[in-house]
Amino acid sequence: MADNFTATAFYRALKEEGQIVGVKCQACGHLSPEPRPMCPICHGFDMVSHRFSGKAKLDTFTCISIVPVSMAAKGYGRDKPYCSGIVTLEEGPRISARISGVDGANPQNIKNGMDVVLDVADLDEESPSVAFKPA
Amino acid sequence: MTTVNKKRQLARQVSIVGAGLSQFGAFPEKDSRDLFVEAFKDMVQSMDQGFDIEDIEGAYIGNYSSDLFEHQGHTAPIVADWLGITPIPITRIENACASSGSALREGVLAIASGMYDVVLVGGMEKMTNLPTDGVTDVLASAADGLYEVPAGLTFPGIFGAIAKAHMDRYETNLDHLLKVGIKNHENGALNPKAQFQQTITAMMERRMARAQERGHTVPDYKTDLDFLNDPQANPWIAWPLRLYDCAPITDGAACVLLVADEIAHNFTDKPISIAGIGQATGKPLHDSDELTSLSAAKAAAQQAYDMAGVTVADIDLAEVHDCFTIAEIVATEDLGFFAPGEGPRAVDEGRTALGGDHPINTSGGLKSKGHPVGASGVGQVIEIYHQLRGEAGARQVKKANPTVGLTHNVGGTGGTCVVNVLRRES
Repeated sequence: MADNFTATAFYRALKEEGQIVGVKCQACGHLSPEPRPMCPICHGFDMVSHRFSGKAKLDTFTCISIVPVSMAAKGYGRDKPYCSGIVTLEEGPRISARISGVDGANPQNIKNGMDVVLDVADLDEESPSVAFKPA
Repeated sequence: MTTVNKKRQLARQVSIVGAGLSQFGAFPEKDSRDLFVEAFKDMVQSMDQGFDIEDIEGAYIGNYSSDLFEHQGHTAPIVADWLGITPIPITRIENACASSGSALREGVLAIASGMYDVVLVGGMEKMTNLPTDGVTDVLASAADGLYEVPAGLTFPGIFGAIAKAHMDRYETNLDHLLKVGIKNHENGALNPKAQFQQTITAMMERRMARAQERGHTVPDYKTDLDFLNDPQANPWIAWPLRLYDCAPITDGAACVLLVADEIAHNFTDKPISIAGIGQATGKPLHDSDELTSLSAAKAAAQQAYDMAGVTVADIDLAEVHDCFTIAEIVATEDLGFFAPGEGPRAVDEGRTALGGDHPINTSGGLKSKGHPVGASGVGQVIEIYHQLRGEAGARQVKKANPTVGLTHNVGGTGGTCVVNVLRRES
């Protein structure tokens, strides 16, 4: 398992351990929340697992009203937009995430820069996704 | 050894000598091959000195996803068959919404290499077979399916996040975005090939007239912005983007004939030279250096400027990838027309309008002309071709004798960007 740096392993860890388990490059120290077998910075192959704290800041977001099929199945749509965005993890790198615990119909109440934490309370068993909620 | 920053020149020059566009819109009974033949017919019939189809030696066709839109893979040979140009080699290029930008680039490289003298390049997309949520899913598959799409990010969603970042960082507001759309519809209203040949004012008046006919309360719109700020008329798609911030879902095709410069005058007295080409690659938005800029656009523009030996000051007009209104603002900053954060003010001041000092999207852009994604890159080139030849009719730029034009074609959210500098040789 140690060198299984794949999306399957990422989402399994999210589901089973409730954590973002990414990678760190042993050669240059580059951190990536998405597991990858090769360092995109120094091009080395010596990657090791790295656990992220789950603390982050919200960089930017959108509230989506015209939703994909998968989100429509969960009841989202014109009358119930959901929020997604990009957060900067405490350790430095950014990741795309659902933003939970906010009202997608009132984006003016959602503030860039706010502290958020990883939210694994409501993970979809079939297709788990990364979510952060206000800290 | 690094070769990435080496300044490159083509081994020989390439010109455009013919251009054809299908009607853009929703055509329930047409498949992508039919649209491509329509574009090809338009090209053949508009070529100054005609040409022999047998002269075509190779072809590159941009198409994003006939597989998902039409359940048809391997579309390039079908196009060759419909044009009757088998067995010449034809290759489909897929780089999301930059597919035909990349196809044109491959055509240029094929001629510059000496392999061919005459190459057909183009693009096509048949999008309206699917309902809106299906199209949303297909377009989202141009983003990272493992780490962006599961986060709920749609294609408008990612550009919505860019817009929010731009609004936070600069003085950009929602009206700036809407004004991009107003301007592009003013241009599109003058384009007989456009999907929406209507100004926003005309759409507003139509809505008011319809309310009156039906005995409903007539909305009290005084200006275009009143209309666009009405959530009934202009609903949210991905806040802060609304319906009129988004390019439509479109069926359409485009093609141009590329030839080696030395034979260009066999086809027309007014060839348009491809003076500079650039293509660069970017990362998903979350891994990009900035959330208010597309790094691939800046890199591709630099390549194209360097090859053409021009600076941004030399560019008379540009077609940029306004898949969303914010994308046009970001494009005009990435290309260097305006400093970062100054794009919105330039829109306010009319600098990007038909009579401005930097006319942008005289065709109506993707917003008003339509955005058949695989055709859009070559569609942009065709607008510049006509403008530089002085044959853009009612939407001809006001400045006299435009000689240098630029196209900026983005795939996905900047995973690919293709920039071309085109020049009329005097």
